[in-house]
Amino acid sequence: MGGIPHDHYEPKTKGEKWLHSRLPIVGLMYATLTAPTPKNLNWMWIWGIVLTFCLVLQIVTGIVLAMHYTPHVDNAFASVEHIMRDVNGGYMLRYMHANGASLFFVAVYAHIFRSLYYGSYKAPREVTWIIGMLIYLLMMATAFMGYVLPWGQMSFWGATVITGLFGAIPFIGESIQTLLLGGPAVDNATLNRFFSLHYLLPFVIAGLVILHIWAFHTTGNNNPTGVEVRRGSKEEAEKDTLPFWPYFVIKDLFALAVILVIFFAVVGFMPNYLGHPDNYIEANALSTPAHIVPEWYFLPFYAILRAFTSEVWVVQIASFVTGGIVDAKFFGVLAMFGAIAVMALVPWLDTSSVRSGRFRPMFKWWFALLVIDFLALIWLGAMPAEEPYASFSLIASAYWFAYFLVILPLLGVIEKPDAQPATIEEDFAAHYGGDADKSAG
Amino acid sequence: MFKKLAISTVAAITLATGAFAAGGEGHIEDFDFSFEGPFGTFDQNQLQRGLQVYTEVCSACHGLKFVPIRTLADEGGPHLPEDQVRAYSAQFDIYDAALDEDVPRKPSDFFPESALENAPDLSLMAKARAGFHGPYGLGINQFVKGIGGTEYIASILTGYTGEEKEQAGVTFYENTAFPGGWIAMAPPLYGEDVEFADGHNNDLHHIAADVSAFLMWTAEPKMMARKQAGVVGVLLLTLLSVLLYMTNKKLWAPHKKKH
Repeated sequence: MGGIPHDHYEPKTKGEKWLHSRLPIVGLMYATLTAPTPKNLNWMWIWGIVLTFCLVLQIVTGIVLAMHYTPHVDNAFASVEHIMRDVNGGYMLRYMHANGASLFFVAVYAHIFRSLYYGSYKAPREVTWIIGMLIYLLMMATAFMGYVLPWGQMSFWGATVITGLFGAIPFIGESIQTLLLGGPAVDNATLNRFFSLHYLLPFVIAGLVILHIWAFHTTGNNNPTGVEVRRGSKEEAEKDTLPFWPYFVIKDLFALAVILVIFFAVVGFMPNYLGHPDNYIEANALSTPAHIVPEWYFLPFYAILRAFTSEVWVVQIASFVTGGIVDAKFFGVLAMFGAIAVMALVPWLDTSSVRSGRFRPMFKWWFALLVIDFLALIWLGAMPAEEPYASFSLIASAYWFAYFLVILPLLGVIEKPDAQPATIEEDFAAHYGGDADKSAG
Repeated sequence: MFKKLAISTVAAITLATGAFAAGGEGHIEDFDFSFEGPFGTFDQNQLQRGLQVYTEVCSACHGLKFVPIRTLADEGGPHLPEDQVRAYSAQFDIYDAALDEDVPRKPSDFFPESALENAPDLSLMAKARAGFHGPYGLGINQFVKGIGGTEYIASILTGYTGEEKEQAGVTFYENTAFPGGWIAMAPPLYGEDVEFADGHNNDLHHIAADVSAFLMWTAEPKMMARKQAGVVGVLLLTLLSVLLYMTNKKLWAPHKKKH
């Protein structure tokens, strides 16, 4: 546990010793549950358990849904209606699964921005961050393919538009697109491979989640001060930490229960709020919907994709320099994936030696602007591609890149950080009082 | 921080979904339906009247191919007696491949498909259209009013102005609720098109509302069970939250004591 001194599991009975010398699984569980956790973690550290819950919820509801779903273009839409009408509790399973995806993304965005503010991505937690980014990418792929399965109008046209993006890649794009679709256009082969992958990827995510947890259990949790837990002795470490069970398990479960109250209100009373009405119309290759809009959680990157039109000067320069290979469409695709790539590279772009945004007076404002920027991009992604939204999108996209590529590298040099507390214990005492020696016991 | 974040995420989602709404230009009248809001329920009599309007008028062109006829007997729906459902199903024929002839449908069969090729199936129409996007395009008011699919249908049925125009050999009818203002469907209802056995009001406004309510049921037959599950879920989880809050408070108290 990050070199934080703590108690280890000691097998006592003969049976325990027998197992422990062959497979120390009880010790692993013990170490996971009693992991010394910084006691000053605030409410932004609850999203991990919400995300774990979401993954389990999606897998469990998804497996049951798959028992009743038919991945064929002639039957998919009808089989979803069969689930809604004839399967016991099927309407509840489907609405929980559909809204569960939204809860998943609410939680993952909160989790990501928590890390961005408190510098959780900084050394020595870069690997945790990178694995997290991989999980996020797989979540997007899984969610996108899942949205295609009901085979409604938005499913079909969303799949057409998004796979078309890969077709914009020069030279190899068309082959990639054909591979994704299993043919020249969105059809039965597409639906089949999306169903197969939609079932597979969550288990890959589960594997990466284990690595994610392993990685941050190796380094220890970050915390709101960004100050490391003292590792000199067990007594010292215990002044900064409390065991994960029961303190953080109960705290996280409380937060999860509150979030689930809202979740069940949405599922019970407005389950189609986050969906698009057009997806209750069966897919029709001959009729294009008036507005093709992705699900809300893709909108920020969709906005970035659309922001770079052929009228933007950077696009024109890129096109000129590459002799037309990088056209506006490909530039947009590069920008969209680039927006995620710069975020993934943030551990090496942020030059500040101070971890937590709490002690970075200038960073705070730029970070607040980034949050506003992200929300603005969600809004802009849903707007039609016309003025003034196009210009706003361009400005908002530019800020996203500027934050990671210009502002973060510069801030570390020019910013004068505030004084940080010497220990986590000091920070905790400043908030809650408490006698240091007693709280350790 | 948690509160701030909660507000901002909710704001982001509402902005996003509200934005989906952009594009509906028609005027949607706000009808009052018994099934609006978290505690709203279907009015069984209204669903039965709506079924009659659908059968006598709409079904001439439109189908309900995703709706099994047997569900007319379901509780939380029109709740017709079994013998009436059997009699009802028998009025529609279905092709039997084994006999190579048309036979009367059984309750286990589905409603027929649309008779007219360009008449859309109505099974899910009440969920496939959104009438309300407010306030400020956030769509949050569907918590109390629904997404307005039923209002959209009722507004179409009552929105004809009487104007017609011909375009490329097709007649279009002016309609205040339809996006673009001109619809290919001739006015299906004029008022007093059907006679209700119990003498219920059959003017245009009433029968339009009745058939819209029926189509809400065909689109979301488990609505009442779902809302009930929602109420139970919210209550139990609220209770669980309170218990966990108290547990958490007590658990942390020794460590959070002030000097």
